[in-house]
Amino acid sequence: MKPILQLKQITKSFGNIEVLKSFDIDIYPGEFITLLGPSGCGKTTTLRIIAGLEQPDSGQVILNDKDITNLAPNKRDIHTVFQNYALFPHMNVEDNIGYSLKLKRYPKAQQKSAIHDVLDLVQLAGYEKRMPNELSGGQKQRVAIARALINQPNVLLLDEPLGALDLKLRRQMQNELKTLQKQLGITFIYITHDQEEALNMSTRIAVMKDGKIEQIGTPDEIYNRPKTSYVAQFIGEANILKGVVTKKEDNTLSILIQNHSMKISSLNYPIKENDTITFTVRSESIQFLQTATSNCLPAKIISKNFLGGMLRITLELHDGTTIIASQYGFDFKYSIHDNVYITWNQEHAIPIDMENHHE
Amino acid sequence: MNKKYNIWFLLFPFYLFSIVVIAFPLIYMVLLSFQTRADIWGVINEFTWKNYQDILQPTYLQTFVQSFKLALTSTFLISIIGYPFGYFMAKLSKKWKKRMLLLLMIPFWTSSLIRLYGWIIIFRTNGPLDQILMSLHLTKEPLRMLYTYPSVLIGMVYILLPFMILAVYSSAEKMDWSLIEAAKDLGATSFQAFCTITMKLTLPGFLSGIILTFIPSMGLFFVADLLGGNKIVLVGSIIQEQLLKVHNWPFAAALSVILMLLTTIMITLYKRISHSTELEGVL
Repeated sequence: MKPILQLKQITKSFGNIEVLKSFDIDIYPGEFITLLGPSGCGKTTTLRIIAGLEQPDSGQVILNDKDITNLAPNKRDIHTVFQNYALFPHMNVEDNIGYSLKLKRYPKAQQKSAIHDVLDLVQLAGYEKRMPNELSGGQKQRVAIARALINQPNVLLLDEPLGALDLKLRRQMQNELKTLQKQLGITFIYITHDQEEALNMSTRIAVMKDGKIEQIGTPDEIYNRPKTSYVAQFIGEANILKGVVTKKEDNTLSILIQNHSMKISSLNYPIKENDTITFTVRSESIQFLQTATSNCLPAKIISKNFLGGMLRITLELHDGTTIIASQYGFDFKYSIHDNVYITWNQEHAIPIDMENHHE
Repeated sequence: MNKKYNIWFLLFPFYLFSIVVIAFPLIYMVLLSFQTRADIWGVINEFTWKNYQDILQPTYLQTFVQSFKLALTSTFLISIIGYPFGYFMAKLSKKWKKRMLLLLMIPFWTSSLIRLYGWIIIFRTNGPLDQILMSLHLTKEPLRMLYTYPSVLIGMVYILLPFMILAVYSSAEKMDWSLIEAAKDLGATSFQAFCTITMKLTLPGFLSGIILTFIPSMGLFFVADLLGGNKIVLVGSIIQEQLLKVHNWPFAAALSVILMLLTTIMITLYKRISHSTELEGVL
C-alpha cells in the first residue's frame, strides 16, 4: 500500500530548541495513528507542520505523492480538530460547521443538507441554532469534529481533542471517534499524552521522545514488545531489571539476578552467554509465591495501594531494587512487611534497549 | 450573622457616593433644563420648554451640524489609524505590549491643555512644521495651519486616538488567535479569516472606541478654542459659554441633556450590535 502522507527528514527549531530532529513517518490510508509522548516531545509541532500552520526548517511533507511542504494551510486537503476546540464564538453551530462550505460558495441547499448529515453523524441533530457558549464540553468537541469532517478531508488531525473532558465522557468519545473513523475511512492522526487513549483507539502508535520516534507499531506491539525502557515505562507500569545471561536455549534465556536464576524470552536478539542485559516485566505479570521454588526472587512488601479493582503493591528486592506489582485485591493475602517470593512467566519478561547492547 | 445585613453594610458608602456624586447632579441638570432663566443671576422655578425650543434656532442647529461633522470626520480618522494600531499592538510580544502601553499612557500624565499648547507651537506660522516642510522644499510659504479646521481636526484626533487604540487593543487582546488558524485550516485566506473572524470579534472594541471618541469630540471645546481660534464652535463650546459667560444655566443644561441623550442612544445601539453590556477598553 502506498502511504497517503509522508514526513521526510523534518527538522524544526524554535530559537535554540530543536523540537524535531530529522523526523520521518509514513502514514497509510485509513489508519488511526496516534503520536504519543509527554509534553514537549514535538508531537504538536509535527501536527502543525502537517496542517501547514508551521513551516519546517528542512524536510518534506508529502500528501498523495505531492510535495505540500510550502502549501498554505487553506490549500491543503487536511483539517484539524484543535485542542481547545477553536469554535468561532460569534457563530452558531450551523455556521461553525458550514464555515468551509460557505467559503467555497456551495449552494445554500447543499450546505444545509451537508450540515444536517454531519450533525447526525456526531449525534447533535437539533443543535443547529445553539451558540458555542451554550454547549457542554463534549458537545463543543462534537461540533469541532463535525466542522473538520464536513469537507471529507483526506486526513484529519486531532490535537488532544479529549484532553478537557472528564474521564467518563472521554471514554465514551474515544469509542465514538473510533467508530466514526472506521465508518468514514478517513485517515486520523491523533495526538495525546494519554497512553490508555492511544492503546484503545489506534491502529498504530508512534511513541515520541525528544523530537524523534522511539518506537512505532500496533498497540499490542507497543505494549507487549517495547523496544526501549522509555517505551516500556511510558506505557503501562513496567519494571526494568538487569541480569547476566547464564544459558541460552532456543527462545529462552536463563539469567542470574542477585544470585537467583530466572528465565526470560530472548525475542531472537543476538544475545550471548555472560552478556549483561536489561529486561522488562509488566507489573501485572509479577506473580506471588509463598515458598521458594527453582525460579523465583525473594522480596519484601513495602506498601499496598488500593486502586479500586486492582491493588498496586510495592516490593523491594534484597539489593534495594523496587518492584511494582498489580494484583486483584480480593485474592491478595499478603500484608506489608511480609517476605514473599516473586516470579513471572518467561514470555512476559523481554529484553529491551538492545540497540545500545554491546558484548 | 445575617449575610444580607453584612452586604448592605459594606455597600452603603458606595451607594451614598453614587447618589451624591452621580445621580443627584444629573437629576438636578435635567430639572434645570426645564426652568426659566432669571433676569440677572440664577434661575426662576418656573416650568418652560423654551430652552429646548431655543436649540432649534438656526445658529445653534448649525453648531450642532458643524460639531457633528467634525466629530464624524475625526472619528473616521481615529478609526482608520486606531484600529490597525490596536490590532497590531495585540499581536506584539508581551514585552513590546508593555512598552507600547506605557508609551500610550505617558501623555495622560500631562494635562491635555498643555499638550495642545505644544501643537500650537508646532502649527504656528514659521513654527517647526513650516520650517521642516519649507527646508524639504515641500512648500514654498508657511501653511498658516493654526486656527484652521484641519488643525482642530488634528488636535481632536491627537487627544482621542488613545481611547480608540486601547478599546480595539483590549478587544483584540482577548481574541483567541487559534481561531484564525482554525479558519485558515478550514480553507480561508488571511483576508477572509480577517473579515469573518477578527473583524467580527473586535467589533465590540471598535464600536466602544467610536463611542469613546465620537461623543467627546462634540464636546471638547478647549481643542476648538485653542487650535481653532473662534472660527470653529462646538456644542461643548456653547455649553461652556452659556454656563460661564452668559450665565444662562437652563439653556446650558438643555444642551447638555441633548448631548447626553445622544450618548445614551449610541450606547443603546452599541449594546444591540455587539451584544455586550460593558464598553471595551474603559480604563
